[in-house]
Amino acid sequence: MVSDLSRRSFLSGSAVTTAGATIINTAQTMTAQAENSADGPPLADTQPVTIRLNVNGAMRMAQIAASMTLAEVLRGSLGLTGTKIACNRGACSACTVWLDGVPICACMMLAVDVGARSVTTIEGLAQGETLHPVQQAFIDHDALQCGFCTPGMIMSCAALLQRNPEPNADEVRAAISGHYCRCGTYPHVIAATLAAAKAHRG
Amino acid sequence: MSVAKQEMRAAVFPSGIASVGLGTVERQIPADEPPPLPPNSELTVIGKSFPRPNGRAKATGAVRFTVDIALPGMLHARVLRSSLPHAVVRSIDMSAAISHPGVRAVLAVADPANPKSAKLRYVGAPVAAVAAVSLPAAEEAVRLIRVDYEPLPFVADMDKARDPAAPLVHDHATAPPGHPSGFPAAANLPLNGNVRGPSIAKRGDVTKGFAEADVVVESEYSTSVQTHCCIEPHAIVADWRADGLTVYMSTQFTAGVRDEIAEAFGLPLNRIRVIVDAMGGGFGSKSSLGNYGRFAIALSRQAKAPVRLFLEREEEQMDAGNRPGTWQRLRIGAKRDGTLTAISLVSYGTAGVTVGAGVGNNAEALYSCPNFEGAQHDVFINAGPGCAMRAPGNTPGGYGLEQTIDELAEQLGVDPLRLRDRIDPSLVRREQRRIGAERVGWKERHSPGADSGPIKRGLGVAQSLWGANVQTNAACEVRVMRDGSVEVLSSVQDIGTGITTVLAQTVAEVLGLRPDQITVRIGDTEFPPGGPSYGSRTTASITPPARTAAWRVQQQLFRQAALLLNASAEDLFAREGKILVRSDPARFVAFRDAASHLRTDRVAAVVSRSDDYGGFRRRAGADAALAQQDLGGVQFAEVAVDTETGAVRVERVVAVQDCGRPMNPRQIESQVHGGVLMGVSYALLEERILDQATGRMVNPDLEQYKLVGVRETPQIDVVVLENYQGQSATDAYGIAEPANIATAPAIANAVYNAIGVRLRSLPMTPAAVLTALGKVAQRS
Repeated sequence: MVSDLSRRSFLSGSAVTTAGATIINTAQTMTAQAENSADGPPLADTQPVTIRLNVNGAMRMAQIAASMTLAEVLRGSLGLTGTKIACNRGACSACTVWLDGVPICACMMLAVDVGARSVTTIEGLAQGETLHPVQQAFIDHDALQCGFCTPGMIMSCAALLQRNPEPNADEVRAAISGHYCRCGTYPHVIAATLAAAKAHRG
Repeated sequence: MSVAKQEMRAAVFPSGIASVGLGTVERQIPADEPPPLPPNSELTVIGKSFPRPNGRAKATGAVRFTVDIALPGMLHARVLRSSLPHAVVRSIDMSAAISHPGVRAVLAVADPANPKSAKLRYVGAPVAAVAAVSLPAAEEAVRLIRVDYEPLPFVADMDKARDPAAPLVHDHATAPPGHPSGFPAAANLPLNGNVRGPSIAKRGDVTKGFAEADVVVESEYSTSVQTHCCIEPHAIVADWRADGLTVYMSTQFTAGVRDEIAEAFGLPLNRIRVIVDAMGGGFGSKSSLGNYGRFAIALSRQAKAPVRLFLEREEEQMDAGNRPGTWQRLRIGAKRDGTLTAISLVSYGTAGVTVGAGVGNNAEALYSCPNFEGAQHDVFINAGPGCAMRAPGNTPGGYGLEQTIDELAEQLGVDPLRLRDRIDPSLVRREQRRIGAERVGWKERHSPGADSGPIKRGLGVAQSLWGANVQTNAACEVRVMRDGSVEVLSSVQDIGTGITTVLAQTVAEVLGLRPDQITVRIGDTEFPPGGPSYGSRTTASITPPARTAAWRVQQQLFRQAALLLNASAEDLFAREGKILVRSDPARFVAFRDAASHLRTDRVAAVVSRSDDYGGFRRRAGADAALAQQDLGGVQFAEVAVDTETGAVRVERVVAVQDCGRPMNPRQIESQVHGGVLMGVSYALLEERILDQATGRMVNPDLEQYKLVGVRETPQIDVVVLENYQGQSATDAYGIAEPANIATAPAIANAVYNAIGVRLRSLPMTPAAVLTALGKVAQRS
């Protein structure tokens, strides 16, 4: 990889790969051995940890590598692919989930650090078949185009309404100011969130 | 073509701009195509803002993007990339990678034995690829590959690359050849050093034209390299099996990817299936198979297992394409009354190691001018390849042209809108200028730099031109089942622009149903070949055959209903789930009931795109053509410039666009928002920065590479004309690209109007504004 310092290698304290004319393997650490994607069989020398996660109101168990982020565990081990990874370093907010009701970037948190706190993902937002008002408003106002940033965007807007049921447009802007949408849905996201707040108030 | 032999009939179509007044036009149309579609005001489904059928799946996270697909036994691939901008691979040792636990396949992309592939020309160029049972195992295996590189001199700056003494990026054997269609670059052009071209376009005699001019303006403009920044990464899951290959890919062109795979891997087309369900934005960068697509397929073939490969954000920034950087010099001569006498254009642009860095055709085609000469050049540098990006060419081209037109207006002492009224022959844009000027309050516009305080406001305008592309190699099937349910099938893909909705609307309008009663199955080469979703051509290409197919199926159903109603099939029409007798509407049969009497489980029709009624302006290769009338638009921008910090704030954009018949106004508004915001971002923020000492991109991420966010999002007013031309069964054309072109120059003209100093390069950062104002020293 060109990257001198990935988050993965940083977390595991591995050495920095040089950018010189010869790629030398300096990363003789336990990085890869300690990691294990849930998608493949475990490697012979992995030392997985077992964690319990309270996700969308259910306790879930997962055998993971300690270096895995919450986003990776949600998407891989738990199959909750609604949470998206787009930049993998907290710059775009596509991976936004709730931790005890507060929106966070799931790519910036290790799964082992979640502990007993509750995680809510886009899959857990609707009440059965009834969509959250923000989800419905996103559909009604065409606040989604390609839909890749949409789950994260909805989680932030829904969290805003939890803590502020009557936001103004500036408060919606503040709530999604960390989100990137390349399709340009921002104006419709603001309209949808304001409409959802209004619908919620009745 | 078989068109000449086709049985034709005359039909009268609505014609003109709805807000100006509609007339009619008679066309000869194929006898087996449906009657003319009335204007939107007379329709119940088309032209209305129905929500996306896939909206719920997108809002609940249920929809599957390529990165979400996990097949049993699937492997994960990573790519080793060059950290040098120019090098030869002398040797490559993959033994440690091969023996690393979990590794199932390795691929040397740069082969020391092959002089052509052993040469690496940019940082991020692929060197090797690995597939393993887990992503960490693949990453570790990549780190275990030992490569001996021989570094070569490189050049990472366009101006330096033009120096005859600069290191050569290509020779005649390796330089990309261009294409006979002229896109992304013309074929058979000379190569001198790193400079390829010029590509010449010419009419009249510019020397004579400039001699006749009373006023001549000459200006130079440059634009930065913009990267696509699709939020969804490029991704593929390749599943090579003995009986055929299935590929899930985030692509703008399933059928095109299938063709590429067939050629690259020697497979027959009937053994390849390409699928894209949800697609997370492409903007031009997901138009082809790409090098990573080839790697995944080759690894899957080798490992005999499915392989998933997606690009990390850094790889996206370095090797997934970009909008080339450009420099252009424009010279425009005019008579005192504004009549243009000559336009000359010289441009140099760089798409890194590839071609396609021209500045388009706006200077050539937007305004009436008898004498034009353009000379466009590609310059190779050691940087990642450019590719088409939302209105390629015309977006940087328009940035230069529309500012130069404003400069001319100022020299002539005439309002920029009045000058455009004089030199722009388009009646569509005339109406767009009228609407936009009224909406934005153009009359209140002050003279440049007139505000007295430190924050200065300005108003600017710019226009755009974009060809109305049509893919004639595009087909669609409509099926009606015995239970009355309806399916639409095509390999065309929904890249977020909403063709799923529009296809449901098109078919529902014909059959007298609601869009939510139509199931749209697309993005799969098992279905009839839809066209690509690039060049703003999807709607124009696939909605006419969809309407025709629905109409033909309806004819079959009407024959059934006619028996039930004891009426003639010609006397039937469909509305609100019923089939009614026109001469006696009290007699009807429910659509479902008519379908239940079908002799077979379903009736279906497969229809391909016919030529535009009245003919195309010209063909563009075997599979595509250009419609008679261009698309375009006029945009107005209001800005506030803080002359103490240099920050430019775009407060409002009024975008007046056209796309033939608007099919779904809210989705069109969404796309125009996207075009405008990408333009705001281009104008103020975006710039790929290459370190000249190493050739590396120093901002290959989403935090140092700046994108427009909601904080920088202005109020955007969207107005879309209904412009009927009677050219197809739907008369609908595209919107995505034309909505992007005019934004940056409108902002630039507004900035000039605010501060009285013209900025001539993108992005217009605070530093650039302060430099232009003379408040900080020029950067060397």
